[in-house]
Amino acid sequence: MSSGATVLFDAPGPRARRRNAILTVIGGLLVAAIVVVILLRLADNGQFDGVRWEWLQYEGIQRNILIDGLTATLKAFVISAVLAVVVGLVLSIGRLSTNRWLRYPAVAFVTVFRALPVVVLMFIPYFGGSAVFDESIPLLWCVVFGLVVYNGSVLAEIFRAGVLAVPKGQSEAAVSIGLSRSQTLRIVLFPQAIRSMLPTIISQLVVVLKDTALGFVIGYQELLVKGQEVARDPSFQLPYIPVAIVIGAIYIVLCSLLSWLATYAERRTGSSRRPRRAFDTGVGEPVPGDEVLDLPV
Amino acid sequence: MSVIFDNLDLFGQGMATTISLTLASGLIAIVLGLLLAAFRVSPVPSLSGPSGFFVGLMQNTPLTVLFFLVVFGSPKVGFTGITYWTFAVVALGLYTSAFVCEVVRSGINTVAAGQAEAARSIGLTFTQNLSLVILPQALRSVVGPMGSTLIALTKNTSVAVGFSVLELSSVVNQLNETGDAVAALFGVALCYLVLILLMSLGFEALERKVAFSR
Repeated sequence: MSSGATVLFDAPGPRARRRNAILTVIGGLLVAAIVVVILLRLADNGQFDGVRWEWLQYEGIQRNILIDGLTATLKAFVISAVLAVVVGLVLSIGRLSTNRWLRYPAVAFVTVFRALPVVVLMFIPYFGGSAVFDESIPLLWCVVFGLVVYNGSVLAEIFRAGVLAVPKGQSEAAVSIGLSRSQTLRIVLFPQAIRSMLPTIISQLVVVLKDTALGFVIGYQELLVKGQEVARDPSFQLPYIPVAIVIGAIYIVLCSLLSWLATYAERRTGSSRRPRRAFDTGVGEPVPGDEVLDLPV
Repeated sequence: MSVIFDNLDLFGQGMATTISLTLASGLIAIVLGLLLAAFRVSPVPSLSGPSGFFVGLMQNTPLTVLFFLVVFGSPKVGFTGITYWTFAVVALGLYTSAFVCEVVRSGINTVAAGQAEAARSIGLTFTQNLSLVILPQALRSVVGPMGSTLIALTKNTSVAVGFSVLELSSVVNQLNETGDAVAALFGVALCYLVLILLMSLGFEALERKVAFSR
């Protein structure tokens, strides 16, 4: 949007340029004012005092957060991501099956578990485990269960949408050379579907990574729980805000890396087929996340 | 089953809190999200830049971390005497506004470039172009994704259970003390299922109503 004409705006003439310059100054002042108010509020309440940030220098805390917390978060993420993709593939095969004994259960599974919050899904093994087996299930597996069941269902819909988006001629050609239904899916449809859906799949993995923080609710020892231990320490004057900023920054770095991968994959796989759009700014294109993805429930 | 019927008031309260959280934070998210989207597509870099920055920040931060910052951080900078419900609404509203912004923006992106070009070439001004050609088409394609965003918001209200808000999923916590967690889980799941499926049916009907062929 920074230079020249876009579809909606003509290349600005002298008047428009002047107006935009004035608006830029006003907007800049407005944004600066908001930032200054927030920073002053933080500074007045001593949130930038050294004592509240001192914990960053302690080796024990560094090890606790960066090694133990981050490892726990990444462990939950990697296990969940791999299992969610597998579950998603299986469910999507079920949904695409011509056998109704496979299709209906898959449809029911996907519909039910996409409609439940991940927190409630984590509650199922968390509370159910001790009630049914008289033994509590390790928290890692409670987190993984919630993430896999939910994201597996979402991924199933993504895979299915990808398969349905493959041009009809492809499956017709596959059938006409004598491939069976499963061969058609395996050799012809899924490879194309996964390729075209790769950006969406990776964006969904960003959701998995973010949702590992829900483990906080059941007390899984991930980044945020480790952060809370520090934040509760009165000798650092209860540094809740510094801790939230640091943990948030760690997540932003991790998610941005994955998001960047999604954008990269999008550019590699789909850019040539995308039609030209109004307002196409070319930079910072939205990465479709699960919240924005419009799939039939 | 009797556990559910014996504690209907608990479920009712939980449901009411979940719905009130959704409505209040949904309102904040839509107003703030529209504002962010307007800033984002404006030719004013000092507005579009920070708007994009804020959206990126919200989309890449886990909601739980945002809750942590708002719920535990706010009292540390002088916002005291505010209920957990209000904090939850603020966190959910801020978080969802970023997704609303992206939905509106990509809705505008779905309008084919030729439409705006044709409008300009017959001499419509910027305002006419936006109000007569672009927005009517964009808003219709926004209905579906906006529905998904609000449904996601409804499910996200459950994060508040970790921050002392007694919404629907907290019923499981409360009934666990009497050893009725499994029955409570069934009840809570059923409530969410009904709520979410009703919402998605509603939005699908709305989408069909405003659908148009290109």
